[in-house]
Amino acid sequence: MYRKTMPYKIFNGCNILFLGLMALLCILPLIHVLAVSFSSSAAATANIVTLWPVDFTFVAYQKTFDNPLFLNSLVYAVARTVSGTLLTMLLTISAAYGLSKSFPGRTAYSWIIVFTMLFNGGLIPSYMVVTNLQLTNTLWALILPSAVSVFNTILMMQFFRAIPKELVEASSIDGAGYFRVLISIFLPLSLPSIATLSLFSMVGHWNSWFDGLLYITDYRKYPLATFLQTIIQSGDMRNTSIDPSELAALSERTIRSAQIFIGALPILLVYPFLQKYFVSGTTMGAVKE
Amino acid sequence: MSVRTEGKKQSRFIKDLPIHLFILPSIILLLIFNYMPMAGIILAFQDYKPRLGLFHSPWVGLEHFRYLFTYPDSKQVIWNTFLIASLKIVANTVIPIGFALLLNEIRLLVFKRSVQTLVYLPHFLSWVILGGILTDLLSNKGLANQALGWLGIPSIYFLGDGDWFRFTLIVSDVWKEFGFSTIVYLAALTGVNQSLYEAAEIDGAGRWKQTLNITLPALIPVIVVIMTLSLGNILNAGFDQIFNLYNPLVYREGDIIDTFVYRVGLMNGSFSFATAVGLFKSVVSFILIVVSYTIAYRWGNYRIF
Repeated sequence: MYRKTMPYKIFNGCNILFLGLMALLCILPLIHVLAVSFSSSAAATANIVTLWPVDFTFVAYQKTFDNPLFLNSLVYAVARTVSGTLLTMLLTISAAYGLSKSFPGRTAYSWIIVFTMLFNGGLIPSYMVVTNLQLTNTLWALILPSAVSVFNTILMMQFFRAIPKELVEASSIDGAGYFRVLISIFLPLSLPSIATLSLFSMVGHWNSWFDGLLYITDYRKYPLATFLQTIIQSGDMRNTSIDPSELAALSERTIRSAQIFIGALPILLVYPFLQKYFVSGTTMGAVKE
Repeated sequence: MSVRTEGKKQSRFIKDLPIHLFILPSIILLLIFNYMPMAGIILAFQDYKPRLGLFHSPWVGLEHFRYLFTYPDSKQVIWNTFLIASLKIVANTVIPIGFALLLNEIRLLVFKRSVQTLVYLPHFLSWVILGGILTDLLSNKGLANQALGWLGIPSIYFLGDGDWFRFTLIVSDVWKEFGFSTIVYLAALTGVNQSLYEAAEIDGAGRWKQTLNITLPALIPVIVVIMTLSLGNILNAGFDQIFNLYNPLVYREGDIIDTFVYRVGLMNGSFSFATAVGLFKSVVSFILIVVSYTIAYRWGNYRIF
């Protein structure tokens, strides 16, 4: 009824305009970076690029991919993302499967796991543990400390607990052990959840930069996110170990924009899949019957 | 008797052994990377010297904490953390609610979905990427200042002036997260009983009245739960964001506990003092999380499991 009134029609028009503007505001910065990265160096320095490339050129991308440091960091980023996600998922599935059973000790395990969400030793003690274990400059330093995802384990466990007990009983009678039940009943039934959690884990690893800065002291072994962080913060020389002249060449505006865009690209590519799942994922913990 | 229960326990354990083996890898990693650092907080009560090690460094009791609460710089850092985090919590609640209410009015599904797709995006990009984009946009000659120039407004040092830096932190954090935070409120809005609106319509209530008297009250439980749970974040002012945006010019207004710990501990090598500062944060956060979860559990019937 109210939809036909004049004031509501005016409101509706303004509302559509406002929401559209807000939505644009969320991607315009990214488009600007993209435009700068495809513009000539001169145009970028003269600040005449807004949302469309000026003097369209691929030079920035060529230079970026000619740079062995950048290519190295790309390789390290892929390596940590793949191995880190694999490890996290193995641990998540395994622990969630164990915790989905009822047995003496389950509560104790749950508390050990959940307590880590409530309290932590802080940056310096964590740093000392990793360095004392001699993990510095290895891939392990990037994947082991964050390998157990408490949140994912809890989500996965809730999912496993919802699988009908009759299925497990039936296969137990047929002589299937714990491992067999996991492989042939739990895993096939939870493939969508596993895919979702893997996707989120991948995004997390790809975006993760601080551990690289902490535990990788050799800048040739930086993963992409850490490499980018160093380039972007290049004004802040205390944080970097890269040779200043090399740094100046890398931080030219068009090249920097190209690197930023390449860093964001994998996320943009998986974004449609992410979006499909995260709505149900985020409301899962929040709204309870 | 006791021998028999002992035997039962043992056989139960053997029967359950595979279950334990499934869980143990995670537990071991947590013990190493989460619980060992917790033991490392004894650093905070020592004057740690790397060459003496953890076991031979002299004890100083609460000296570092006394320093923390008397040293003007660290008091400023605690205040900054609290202020920035609180402003973010409020802004990140109010704006997503408003946005969800507006989005809820849209009947054109294609438009609604497209808006949602675009506003969720920044949430998934890291602060390294966004920091890079923002430093470029907000720089002296960046797009933002160019736009202000067209309007005849003089350049603003978004990242170089302390007060503007705080403002930039809040606005850019809202920009990154408001879309994503909207999801929960939108979900709550779809849960509102539609017959309430029909009844209100018959009574002659307009859309504004309906929003005030039906929609908002329906959102209140969700808002209360989310606000309560965010209490635990009152000292999380956003390390990733600030670290990727700040510079020495804005340390006074923009330095927070986490960035302070990083600089003091890992750049200057004051391990013990930095651990003490970190411990202060962990303890306060721990207390707030426990309190807020208890409240949310009692009043909002919220539980994690």
